[in-house]
Amino acid sequence: MRPELIKEVTYVPYSGNMAAAEAMRQINPDVVAAYPITPQTELMQFFADFVANGLVDTEYIPVESEHSAMSACVGAAAAGSRAMTATAGPGLAYMWEVLGIASGMRLPIVMTVVNRALSAPINIHGDQSDMMGARDQGWIMLFSENAEEQYDNLVQAFKIAEDERTRLPVMVGMDGFVISHAIERVRLLPDKAVEEFVGEPKVMYPLLDVDNPVTHGPVAMTDSYMEFKRQQREAMMEAYKVIREVGQQFEEAFGKKYEHVETYMIDDADYVLIIIGSTAGTAKYVINKLRKEKGIKVGLIKIRTYRPFPYYDVMDALEASNAKAVGVFDRAETFGAVGGPLYSDIATAMYLRGKTYPMVSFIYGLGGRDTNVHHIEEAVDKVMAKAAGKEVPLINYLNLNE
Amino acid sequence: MAQQVKPSEIKVPPLKKLTNYPEKLAPGHRLCAGCGASIIIRQMYMVASALGYELIWANATGCVEVCTTVYPYTSWKSPWIHNAFENAAATISGVEAAYKALKRKGKLPTDKKVKFVALGGDGGTYDIGFQSFSGALERGHDFIYVCYDNEAYMNTGIQRSSATPKYANTTTQPVGSESLGKPQHKKWLPEVAAAHEIPYVAQVSPSHWKDLMEKFKKALLTEGPSFINAFTVCPRGWRTKEEEGMKVARLAVETNYWPLFEVENGKWRITHRPKNPKPLEEYLKIQGRFKHLFKPENQDKIKELQEEVNRRWEWLNKMEELTNREE
Repeated sequence: MRPELIKEVTYVPYSGNMAAAEAMRQINPDVVAAYPITPQTELMQFFADFVANGLVDTEYIPVESEHSAMSACVGAAAAGSRAMTATAGPGLAYMWEVLGIASGMRLPIVMTVVNRALSAPINIHGDQSDMMGARDQGWIMLFSENAEEQYDNLVQAFKIAEDERTRLPVMVGMDGFVISHAIERVRLLPDKAVEEFVGEPKVMYPLLDVDNPVTHGPVAMTDSYMEFKRQQREAMMEAYKVIREVGQQFEEAFGKKYEHVETYMIDDADYVLIIIGSTAGTAKYVINKLRKEKGIKVGLIKIRTYRPFPYYDVMDALEASNAKAVGVFDRAETFGAVGGPLYSDIATAMYLRGKTYPMVSFIYGLGGRDTNVHHIEEAVDKVMAKAAGKEVPLINYLNLNE
Repeated sequence: MAQQVKPSEIKVPPLKKLTNYPEKLAPGHRLCAGCGASIIIRQMYMVASALGYELIWANATGCVEVCTTVYPYTSWKSPWIHNAFENAAATISGVEAAYKALKRKGKLPTDKKVKFVALGGDGGTYDIGFQSFSGALERGHDFIYVCYDNEAYMNTGIQRSSATPKYANTTTQPVGSESLGKPQHKKWLPEVAAAHEIPYVAQVSPSHWKDLMEKFKKALLTEGPSFINAFTVCPRGWRTKEEEGMKVARLAVETNYWPLFEVENGKWRITHRPKNPKPLEEYLKIQGRFKHLFKPENQDKIKELQEEVNRRWEWLNKMEELTNREE
């Protein structure tokens, strides 16, 4: 029996990697197959320590690549066990082929992605190009603003993934270094409470049931492939409900609210910023500052669920505000398209609602480029200019040397 | 899956009994007439049934995978998973790890003898799956990797692989006015597998089915990774007659082109020594893929290939001698 380490709610100074590893310890998955890559390495090291000291019952596979990490997770999940992994940037890119297999085979795998820039030039620092590059591979995608959210999102992930309505893998992203390596206050839940919340794995068609042999991953020709894909879309639509339900269950159990989007100072906001990840935290500070010092009413919509994309939630929040213009922040490029990936999603949301707002696209933080208070203030200036009908470039780079 | 009885004490039953076991690879699959792969799989199944093992398969993309599981049908009466082309070994690693974890937690029946088998063609093993293959061997998972080696990417139309023999005609290194086919010799994968110092490596041919079954039995009873390289006739790719598959396979062995050997805990052993090895020419001349070598101007190429076969055979003999020397 593995020892019970945390018996009551405890506040600790943890990095994002520590928090994610702690969540993995408490979830106690059957199989973890992982390959080290900066800035995820530390997470894997923490987890390997848990294995080395008998703090988890996990069968740990230190594989020879990320491709094999996800391949082994597919095997382990199909076998009927609970499988987890973690990666970053190029590692996620290397997994790309198998990501679609995991979701296509409807396997509830859970993975932390420590968001890192993609090569070239090679760069180990944070941006969200990795997950944005994998966004059409059929995974449920959650993003965390800080270490505690990463922990909380992981605690919720298996309930989302294993639900009969979804049966889809979940990846939870946190910005490399800014979240993964920075120490901050994290609320840890008791081991028993997490165990109870996550519950026993919901297993379907396990490969290890030799009395009821199943074929996993057959060939689907032109007569059936499209139907599989249609069902995946259906599952993703269901995931929209399931994520919300699990968020509510989490709130009931642990008193902290999780929705598809988080809004901040939105109700009377004249200018709305839409951000994913750690920079939302900086934006909250800027919003307080501008409101206090200059009386400028800025609000924030933070995207937690990126896939399925919460179109309704974003629009409900925008419509509840007094938004005169919106600034959309992308920590990833979409070369040759307008704005970043989030910008496109927000434009779609507006179109679906039949209500458009003047929008400004901001590309920020690529390859770990600092985005501080001043840069967000600059962005607010541009959103205000746009609202005032002034000419503002469609795409704006923050903190770029030009 | 530790066993109390020595492998030598466990016997593969006689043919008459073997053929009475229920077929676990159902007929109706779409493998070509004369394909060697299904014969090998059925021979392996017979041994598994005789020894009371349930096989759990991870199959790399390739002929067998494509032909046996066209949705909504499947030929497999065992648990079977296909993930991708290059990751059968990593996939079975995950399945085997899950087995260990769930067994430890008491979530699986204890009375079942199961063995994990990764199955891949030469493309999925020698080439694109090489890293995954090596990784799983090095980590020491309890599984058997079986490569059905038909010496090219046959599923997609005879493209060369690193298992293709020198001078074979393939569609990606075709014979032409400036080309005699593949310029390189075949990679010797069993040696590479043996270099991982895994407990068991063997090379087999379905023409010598007793030898094949004996080796698959050893692999089944081995704790840890085993590798079996199986000679797999491909009538389409080799341009051989469908009904001559076993003749081709037998000639491959009797010419020493495909020596039957095993490496058991580091000891190399030739398991079949042709009394009077036949000239390689006899093996080459019944295959369309080597047709161009029989033009008068290319006769020296046949000689070159014969010399390579001799060299490999000598090398194998030396390995046997070296690794079995009494200290």
